[in-house]
Amino acid sequence: MTAAHITVEHLTMAYGDFVIQRDLNFTIGRGEVFIVMGGSGCGKSTLLKHLIGLQQPAKGEVFYDKQNFWSADAEQRLQVMRRIGVLYQSGALFSSLTLAENIALPLGEFTALTKAEIADMVSYKLALVGLAGFEDYYPAEISGGMQKRAGLARAMALDPEILFFDEPSAGLDPVSARLLDDLIISLRDTLGTTIVAVTHELASIFAIGTDSVFLDSDSKTMLATGNPKQLLAESEDPRIIQFLTRGQGRGGR
Amino acid sequence: MRKADSTHQSDIVARVALRRGENAAAILEISGRWLRDARIEPVERILTELEAQSVKRLTIRPDGLEAWDSRLPCYLLKIADYCVAKAIELDIGALPQGVRDLLALARAVPERSGARRHQERASLLVNIGTRVLGLIKDSRLLIVFVGELILAVWAALRGRARFRLLDLFIFVQDAGPNGFAIVSLISLLVGLILAFVGALQLAMFGAQIYIADLVALGTVREMGPLMTAIIMSGRTGAAYAAQLGTMNVNSEIDALKTMGISPMAFLVIPRMLALVLMMPLLTLYADLMGIVGGAAVSYGAFDVSLIQYYHEIAKAVDIADVAVGFCKSLVFAVLIAIAGCMRGMACGRSASAVGDAATAAVVDSIVYIVVSDSLITLVLNQLKI
Ligand SMILES: Nc1ncnc2c1ncn2[C@@H]1O[C@H](COP(=O)(O)OP(=O)(O)O)[C@@H](O)[C@H]1O
Ligand SMILES: [Mg+2]
Repeated sequence: MTAAHITVEHLTMAYGDFVIQRDLNFTIGRGEVFIVMGGSGCGKSTLLKHLIGLQQPAKGEVFYDKQNFWSADAEQRLQVMRRIGVLYQSGALFSSLTLAENIALPLGEFTALTKAEIADMVSYKLALVGLAGFEDYYPAEISGGMQKRAGLARAMALDPEILFFDEPSAGLDPVSARLLDDLIISLRDTLGTTIVAVTHELASIFAIGTDSVFLDSDSKTMLATGNPKQLLAESEDPRIIQFLTRGQGRGGR
Repeated sequence: MRKADSTHQSDIVARVALRRGENAAAILEISGRWLRDARIEPVERILTELEAQSVKRLTIRPDGLEAWDSRLPCYLLKIADYCVAKAIELDIGALPQGVRDLLALARAVPERSGARRHQERASLLVNIGTRVLGLIKDSRLLIVFVGELILAVWAALRGRARFRLLDLFIFVQDAGPNGFAIVSLISLLVGLILAFVGALQLAMFGAQIYIADLVALGTVREMGPLMTAIIMSGRTGAAYAAQLGTMNVNSEIDALKTMGISPMAFLVIPRMLALVLMMPLLTLYADLMGIVGGAAVSYGAFDVSLIQYYHEIAKAVDIADVAVGFCKSLVFAVLIAIAGCMRGMACGRSASAVGDAATAAVVDSIVYIVVSDSLITLVLNQLKI
């Protein structure tokens, strides 16, 4: 087990009085590829919002290393948020900026790179996500899957310590999805990036996931945490087996 | 906002050195700390050196490479691309595995041919031409929109209206009652101003009593409809453009079309209907407020009794004047709805396009309003109404 990067303790998430999930406890280790699984609407995106500082927990704590994220003051929280990159479910590119400008924005704000260096970095990040040559396109002029990948290029702009993905491969063709998996692994291996991904793609879950948490919407809490392969092999819970085998059961296929 | 320095202040140093070998071969040695804030020699210098020495084989070798992040593969990608373009044989076998992986990934999907765009600076003439073409396109847009609108209105009149009644109520609520306060304030003040400006002149002849004529006729025929229309174009026309523009950004208008529901009937007609229903009422109300404003000035500052004021107005204004103002407000309502909805439907797909659409809607409707007001006044003058 690697050192803990993010620790979640007794986290309860709610919109007003409407509780989404309660009493979540898990640890995300440094350099892990951590998968958040669960059916649609069970609160995966909401969990990400709690981890990246967009929504305050109803109860419980989130720790980055040893630092309590939500009880820290705003300035400290901002420091933590600078070290993370997020790929939102819908891409969330700035629609009135070109792809190059989208990616250059954090680089221009938070680094001392020259204009030419920023341009090179933008081209490199776009090439990594398979969008070489699309610098001068506006988000509305490219497809949904391409927007997703451009969003990833922006999320990686500052080489963050932790990358959060909300359904990264939804809307991607199988080949692009595979390249995305390769990219995730490379980022982890080369830069030591910790990855937290919400995904339904079983292929990706088993190919890249080293740890996971399984959320359930009926019982409104987590059912299990651990390596997805191990969960599939050892879990006794039919709901988890159903999910990890596409409803076919362990003997199926 | 923090501005990035053009000269690096950091003392993190990353070094590259190009060494010549034999037979047009060369070795690029990479050392130091290739981190985000490192000071790195521009890659262009290496490229020109490669060019100058007409290198045919290049080996990249780490030599005391201490740490690296994206800066290193970013730098090497440029060199690798250059080597491909110039058919230079490139050997990166000695680099750390991670760098090679990232480079391979960056080049896994080749640049799609024809994807890259080249921006050229357009000359003045081209700019003027583009503008003129834009104007022509705008007017064609307007004609098409009005045509479709007429068809939709015709269909609605024959009882084939396809909008939700609830929507209509919401738009009516928004265009009418919610606009009461601002219309009251503005028309009261305009009445005051009209009365004051006129009264100063009239008082010189001892003809203060005619303030009533001036204010009543001016408000009922001109200022009432005009001010209401300008307020509504800023309040409601802009809102329509922003609503429809945002729907367009989210492909909601496409969704309506594919369901077989005409956006014209579903989105534009109820909005226009709401304005057509509410604007005349607001205008009559604005007339009243203007006259009250005039009364305040004549009574308060120029010793005209309220009874006198009332009788003078009753003499000066007849029903035709009120009808003129009423009809004008109907025309303005249609124009505001057209400008707002057309700009919204033709909105581009970005946040700033929505802003542009709202701005254009207000500018368009004010132009339409003022031009049509002048025309109507001219015609009525000729007809002596
Ligand atoms: N802004 C919001 N206000 C109220 N409820 C919300 C909001 N966003 C999401 N929800 C509810 O929270 C639940 C979880 O949503 P979400 O986290 O988006 O699910 P998913 O796991 O599919 O990402 C859903 O039942 C949804 O209705
Ligand atoms: Mg979600």
